[in-house]
Amino acid sequence: MRDVLAHLRNTWRGLTAMRTALTLLFLLALGAMPGALLPQRSLNPAKTEEYVAEHGWWGRLLDRMQFFDVYGSVWFSAVYVLLFVSLVGCLLPRTWEYFAQMRAKPVLAPRNLARMPHHERAEVDASVEEAIGRGRAALRGWRLVEREEADGARSLSAERGYLRETGNLVFHFALLGLLVAFALGKMFGYEGQVIVQANGGQFCNSGIFNYDSFRAGLRVDGTELSPFCVKVDGFEASYLDNGQAESFLARVGHQSGADLETGTWRPYDLRVNDPLRTAGDRLYLLGHGYTPTFTVTFPGGETRSSAVQWRPADPLTLLSEGATKFDPPGYTDAAQRRQHQLAITGLLAPSAVFTGDLLGSDFPEARDPAVAVDVYRGDLGTDSGRAQSIFSIDESLVEDGRLVKVARVNLMAGESTTLDDGTVVRFDGVTDWVSLQVSHDPTQVWVLVFAVLIVLGLVTSLVVKRRRVWVRARRGEDGRTVVEVGGLARTDQAGYGEEFTGLARSVLSGKEES
Amino acid sequence: MPVNESLATYSDWTYSSAVVVYVVATVLYLSEQAFGRVRGPRARERELVAAGATGSSASTGSAGSAPPAATPPAERTRAERLGRMGAALTILGVLLHLASLVLRGVATGRAPWGNMYEYASLLCLFAVVTWVVLMRQFPVRRLGAFVLTPVVILMFLAGTVLYSTAAPVQPALQSYWLVIHVSVISAASGILLVPGVASLLYLVRSAHDREPGSFARFGPKLPEAAVLDRLAYRTTVFAFPLFTIGIICGAIWAEAAWGRFWGWDPKETVAFVSWVVYAAYLHARATAGWRGAPAAWINAFGFVLTVFNLFFINLVVAGLHSYANVS
Repeated sequence: MRDVLAHLRNTWRGLTAMRTALTLLFLLALGAMPGALLPQRSLNPAKTEEYVAEHGWWGRLLDRMQFFDVYGSVWFSAVYVLLFVSLVGCLLPRTWEYFAQMRAKPVLAPRNLARMPHHERAEVDASVEEAIGRGRAALRGWRLVEREEADGARSLSAERGYLRETGNLVFHFALLGLLVAFALGKMFGYEGQVIVQANGGQFCNSGIFNYDSFRAGLRVDGTELSPFCVKVDGFEASYLDNGQAESFLARVGHQSGADLETGTWRPYDLRVNDPLRTAGDRLYLLGHGYTPTFTVTFPGGETRSSAVQWRPADPLTLLSEGATKFDPPGYTDAAQRRQHQLAITGLLAPSAVFTGDLLGSDFPEARDPAVAVDVYRGDLGTDSGRAQSIFSIDESLVEDGRLVKVARVNLMAGESTTLDDGTVVRFDGVTDWVSLQVSHDPTQVWVLVFAVLIVLGLVTSLVVKRRRVWVRARRGEDGRTVVEVGGLARTDQAGYGEEFTGLARSVLSGKEES
Repeated sequence: MPVNESLATYSDWTYSSAVVVYVVATVLYLSEQAFGRVRGPRARERELVAAGATGSSASTGSAGSAPPAATPPAERTRAERLGRMGAALTILGVLLHLASLVLRGVATGRAPWGNMYEYASLLCLFAVVTWVVLMRQFPVRRLGAFVLTPVVILMFLAGTVLYSTAAPVQPALQSYWLVIHVSVISAASGILLVPGVASLLYLVRSAHDREPGSFARFGPKLPEAAVLDRLAYRTTVFAFPLFTIGIICGAIWAEAAWGRFWGWDPKETVAFVSWVVYAAYLHARATAGWRGAPAAWINAFGFVLTVFNLFFINLVVAGLHSYANVS
């Protein structure tokens, strides 16, 4: 039992030693680095999978070692948890000491003040009392204690700069607070992305199925999202001549609280850098793209239109790719219908340029939209129950021969093509979509508060210097009074010299030094 | 807002001139370093005492800050005159450098730190200004070459590899946080260049002190190890809170621009790592067994990380901070 206790005590001491803290700091720095150098699943899942696939056994090994989820990995968590345990172990005794020191009197004057790093000495005509009085006057604002010494001398002990330790403790406790607030935010926060058509499309934060992608905190099950709705009325973008974006603006309406009952939409100009803050959540404008509208006139004369967002393949020119899918009308038999589904897939250029028959885009604005598409007919697999991307068709169905390419064509806005069975496919033009993000983080204000405390504590602890001054006056043999002043900066000595010189002069001369 | 082309051109000219002036100043400093006599032990002792006793006001006859009266002209050697010319040229370089940034700001109608070229330029300006300030407080003028050399290299790379023509910035950067976050971060990074260099020189000097055979010719010409250590520490202590504030401002901006205040974007990660390294430096300097050389290594490593963050992360690793506009 004793051995166990001793072992525990030694472990605790080892863990809270500064050496250990330093080592852990290095491990923290080292452990964070792979997150910057390797793709991270939380930031870019597609790139991560690509990386794993490209690197074979090495990629799989890294994956198993959690190198693609560094900041949630066991080893990174272990390092920062140990570091914070070490920090707590260091802080507790220091806090205890701190409160003891706040009440303690400045220490006795050393016997030999001449051995202090700063020392001055003079013989003055004033009496011992007067000399000590001058000392008191010069040391106004210092924590001060006067003592009578054994040989009849009188001494002053003064200390100042207790704020240094205050700042130090505030800094370290604020670090702890920041970590806790950060962790709580990760537990109770959520974040979701959704694409909304910018011609009156609506989105309501009522459930996670309204989102295209959703990341929930550990304690979020999606049932208690902040209730609000958004309607996107329009989107405007302006560009420089070289295609660089100059400004994005989504005109949105939003409703929350009582507005949801009355159906009132409050307008807001949503811009990059200027999120909408409503109902405790934030709504961001993340990106935008184009939605082509296709109208298909079937051989029976029925027409169907569809407008589904296509995703940008080139962020500079907004050359986009996607797939627009149609169910044919008039089939009651599912098997029959599955032979006549249509998919239009390929490229969309907002400002078309053709190199031969190849479509490209030379500007991100929809100046002269065109599509270069393949039209497929057959079974799209939408009845199969398997999820598929809205931006592409299931290539395996093409390989199986269940989906057959029936046309390849370039269409400008308004142009149409006729398929072998008389079906007419028309490209009507493009509209805008915007990609929105909803974020919820109940503790981020606390993170900010702790961050500010970190800075305040840090600056205080680095600027304020803990320093001591002693004054001793005794009656000399010739009847004059010998006054000695000694000084010691308990931390960095730099900069204390001037202050000490000024203090010593005013103690010795009795005049205020400016 | 349209870009004023002629002002942008003047900005480029003053930038190049600043680089040329810095190069000449470097040569002058190097001449002082090479031809200057090694001061005798007594002179060095005096310097150490003075520095130890008065800290920031430490100045000896050889320091640039000494009022003319304190330095009898007769004692001023040729090497010292070269060094003084170097210092004067450094100040001229700073003025040209400043002019180039101001002109670019006026030409584009925005804060002139919106791409990597401008950012690197601002960072270097802060580094040189820090040096000019320190030169007045510490007897280290002849080391100017060691600060200006990395500055000149960075500025050359900025002006060639990273260069981008004056233009408005993309929507994500149109925020007053650009003015605050980027200027604070580049100030902190620029200032931290100086302690990085001082720490490396400290390592050379202390190696020489331990083993006079190593760096036998170069070592004695460096200031005392204690002076270099104090210079590194005090500069770091100034820049570290600034760096902290810069990161926090970045987090506040990220909350408005990217939907979260912290997301382990590569740039954020390396900034965090640098912050931890500098925190380790401050702790190491207060820990027995870690003072001196280990702490100096940590500080030098901190600056290596800053440069790594500037070049590698922006140019090689794709992240949200990829505003390089480098084609």
